[in-house]
Amino acid sequence: MVPLSYYVILSAIVFFIGVIGVLIRRNIIILLLSIELMLNAANINFVAFSHYLKTITGQVFVFFVLTVAAAEVVIGLAILIALYRGKATVNVEEVNLMKW
Amino acid sequence: MTFSVTDIGAVLPEILIAVYACAILLIEPFLPKDRREILAYFGLAALGLAFIATWQLLWADLTVLNGMFVLDPFGNFFKLLLYVAAIMTILLSMGYLRRERIDLGEYYAFILLAICGMMIMVSGSDLVTVFLGLELMSITFYILVGFKRFEEKSLEASAKYFILGSFSSGILLFGISLLYGLSGTTNLEAVALHLRGADPGNPAWVLAVILLVAGFGFKIAAVPFHMWAPDVYEGAPTPVTAFLSVGSKAASFAVFLRVFMEALGGIHADWRFLLILLSVITIVMGSVVALVQTNIKRMLAYSGIAHSGYALIGLLVGDRLGIFSLMLYMPIYAVMTLGAFGVVTLLRRGGVEGDAIDDFAGLAKKNRLAALAMLIFMFSLAGIPPTAGFIAKFYIFMAAVNVHLTWLAVLGVIFTAVSAYFYLKVVMVMYMKEPDEEVHLAAPPAVVMVLAVAAVAVLLLGIYPGPFLDYAQNAALKIR
Repeated sequence: MVPLSYYVILSAIVFFIGVIGVLIRRNIIILLLSIELMLNAANINFVAFSHYLKTITGQVFVFFVLTVAAAEVVIGLAILIALYRGKATVNVEEVNLMKW
Repeated sequence: MTFSVTDIGAVLPEILIAVYACAILLIEPFLPKDRREILAYFGLAALGLAFIATWQLLWADLTVLNGMFVLDPFGNFFKLLLYVAAIMTILLSMGYLRRERIDLGEYYAFILLAICGMMIMVSGSDLVTVFLGLELMSITFYILVGFKRFEEKSLEASAKYFILGSFSSGILLFGISLLYGLSGTTNLEAVALHLRGADPGNPAWVLAVILLVAGFGFKIAAVPFHMWAPDVYEGAPTPVTAFLSVGSKAASFAVFLRVFMEALGGIHADWRFLLILLSVITIVMGSVVALVQTNIKRMLAYSGIAHSGYALIGLLVGDRLGIFSLMLYMPIYAVMTLGAFGVVTLLRRGGVEGDAIDDFAGLAKKNRLAALAMLIFMFSLAGIPPTAGFIAKFYIFMAAVNVHLTWLAVLGVIFTAVSAYFYLKVVMVMYMKEPDEEVHLAAPPAVVMVLAVAAVAVLLLGIYPGPFLDYAQNAALKIR
């Protein structure tokens, strides 16, 4: 049986790949993917803990997270398309009418 | 697993709001373009009914839906505040949307869905419901911020809010997953029970708490998680900015308080230091950066950041007085900020955006009453008696002194004095500068009503706060 710590280390690695992706990449679609990685890292945690703790809550939570993630991506892509129509770019550095 | 009909009664306000929101989306295509205003009244009716329903359940204290949802005076206190904020937002929006040519029916549905998310947040007694409520609120706000979809600024604000907002959701969710792994449950009370027997020295607890603080910190715009606030506030349609700065902040503080006091109250000493740090840099950054702003919406964003810092003091103190002072702070902050944004919507006309501080020049001559209302709101935001802002800050600082954090209270008072500069600058521009053109600025009746109610509330809470203090005291979250 695979020890719990393997899963937790995997999820931590996936989470940090996601965080670093959001911080250094400049293409909004890549940012969206990185955010998905962060959410799925949490999902790995939930399922692993749920299995080892013998409680079902974690797996139920994963269903909710998947649904929320899907809704979030839909909104994100819609915003992205509206933005692309105006500016013809998906690079966050060119989205700079207002100072950060 | 049990389910009873009485559970439905407890979530009736949320159901009402959600049903009305769906109904608005369904009715909208069948309405002629010039009759869309009916939907605003529809939204107002929904909020009115929900207000009555919550009023009926005001002192109920029960946990329903298998411990997922709690109906208590604390949640109801925040719900009443949210209804008032949403009603004022809809009243401010009606004229504004028509002028901006974005008077679509979906707008009102989204306002209702956002408030539905906030209500689920403040009543969530399980991390599942807290997360879902937070996401419902955030996702609707991503859309609302970009509602002026032909204007690049609005879309840019929406994109920035979306990326940073979902980034913070990811962080929060990872924190929740760690908390679940450590305690084996997502129920707030069960987490607290588990904490009593656990070893809080485990570094994973610290990591989970830090991630939770970062996630909620984004939503309340605490430094260093505040980068989104000024841009989003500037780009969003002004009524949305008002609702965002008031509603989402109040709901996020309520859920922050509930999660940290109810679930993590046992390790209060461990997270207190973190929040002290956060509060100090939030107050300092918010007040100092606001000094150099030339756009009123950005200035109010930084002012909102500073106010988050003050409100955090109530949370980190974490005793009865601290919770009470935070509960007092939120409604007072809500009325004065909504009022200030209400005045900003008035200045939008023709080709003038009206959100530069210079646009306020000579407002006293253009519209005497609007200038007077703005004067009251600015005094209140600066915390000058006899306005409500003074009462709010007074109790916050009292809570800090009460637990021997006198230095924090002193720092707060110093930066309140600093912040008086940029609030009073607006007043100076309104009264002492000549207007660039001699026009009378007409105010639509709905906006006049909002401004009048907000101004009277600010003065009344400042002069005679007694009954309100009693109510807040009785509704305060019980500490176990």
